[in-house]
Amino acid sequence: MIPAQFDYHAPRSLDEAIALLRQHEGAKVLAGGQSLIPAMRFRLAQPEVLVDINGITQLDYIKQQSGYLAIGALTREVALEESKIVAQSYPLLLDTAKVVADPLVRQRATVGGNLAHADPANDHPATMLAYGASVVARGPGGERVIGIDQFFTGLFESALAPNEILTEIRIPTPGLGSSGAYVKIERKVGDYAVSGVAVQLTLAGGVCQSIRIGLTNVNPTPLRAFDAEKRLTGQALSEDALEAAGKLAAAECSPSADLRGSEEYKRDITRVVLKRAVRLAQSRVKGTN
Amino acid sequence: MSQHEISLTVNGAAVKKQVEARTLLVHFIREELQLTGTHIGCDTTSCGACTVVLNGKPTKSCTVFAVQANGATLETIENLAASGKLHPVQEGFWEKHGLQCGFCTPGMIMTAKSLLEKNKNPSELEIREGISGNICRCTGYNKIVEAIQYAAAKLQETR
Repeated sequence: MIPAQFDYHAPRSLDEAIALLRQHEGAKVLAGGQSLIPAMRFRLAQPEVLVDINGITQLDYIKQQSGYLAIGALTREVALEESKIVAQSYPLLLDTAKVVADPLVRQRATVGGNLAHADPANDHPATMLAYGASVVARGPGGERVIGIDQFFTGLFESALAPNEILTEIRIPTPGLGSSGAYVKIERKVGDYAVSGVAVQLTLAGGVCQSIRIGLTNVNPTPLRAFDAEKRLTGQALSEDALEAAGKLAAAECSPSADLRGSEEYKRDITRVVLKRAVRLAQSRVKGTN
Repeated sequence: MSQHEISLTVNGAAVKKQVEARTLLVHFIREELQLTGTHIGCDTTSCGACTVVLNGKPTKSCTVFAVQANGATLETIENLAASGKLHPVQEGFWEKHGLQCGFCTPGMIMTAKSLLEKNKNPSELEIREGISGNICRCTGYNKIVEAIQYAAAKLQETR
């Protein structure tokens, strides 16, 4: 299938890219293209202008900064999979990068695109919600930092302005006693999640001091499971507490029935996956996994 | 709309062509370069039959625009036995019966070749994960895994 016609630009700098977005209303940014190009083939997306940022290689980096991990928006999924820093200190991020689409798609797909696309079926949104990450956006007026809780505004809609480019993702470095996990149920490799749960928690003396939970593909937007978080905060992670939290998450999401399952099934699988993700994160804090 | 002149290296040879921005790399390869060994299986970025090696990375050529390959180095299945002698991965598919209908084979082989360049001695699990972006509807994958294991051993020998 052949996409509709468009004009193509390949800027070499961020400033040039932003100028192009400003100049062409309705232009789309092309990064890895692993969601955008399929959408264009089906003509679900018909941008008149594409601004290809693959030549702006200074957006491709993973750097440990003071207090946070900085990921350039053009960083490919495969780079996260192979990163030593990620493997050492960001297990939730590593879990996620490993289950995005398939290994070939991960050669090109970018972390920035996965977020900017704001697809509730994508995996990084839930993970970034669990981390309490933030994203850096640059536009004609300069740079601003957007908290992830304010980023996803609707189905395929984000807080990015049409002339802004997502340039960096910042993940707070987990402190002592903190770890995380992402568990995704998928029908086959390469499919979107039936349900996915991202958890980042901090334990002290067996008690959950704080926890953030993000849900994939069970809501019109990537969703934080606030009720489940509240239920577990300040608690020892007993089987009863986990079961109760799982049920709360199942109730607070809003999945729609499709080929991947009925609404009821997706809610129930979310309950189960939440428990698994919390247990996995917990085992990693203790260093037993 | 926009037309672009692109220059790239295809299977070792310099190529210069005019392309429309919306031309997918796989269509460019098959229709402009007449290299029809690269297949189109699904149109949904699912099957991997169109896998080529772009700048050293296995890539689904249905999900890249040809214009994006400007300046790139591209390798397709046609390059593997260019001298008439099968590449060890091709030999593996031959010896271990790694195909039935053959439609997925070019993509499978390009993925397997890239995998073995990165990981010279992959475990069975690593092979299965490595080819998980390539779909085969005939073999049940077991023979493909054996073919790649054969190739890994052969490549170790000849090094």
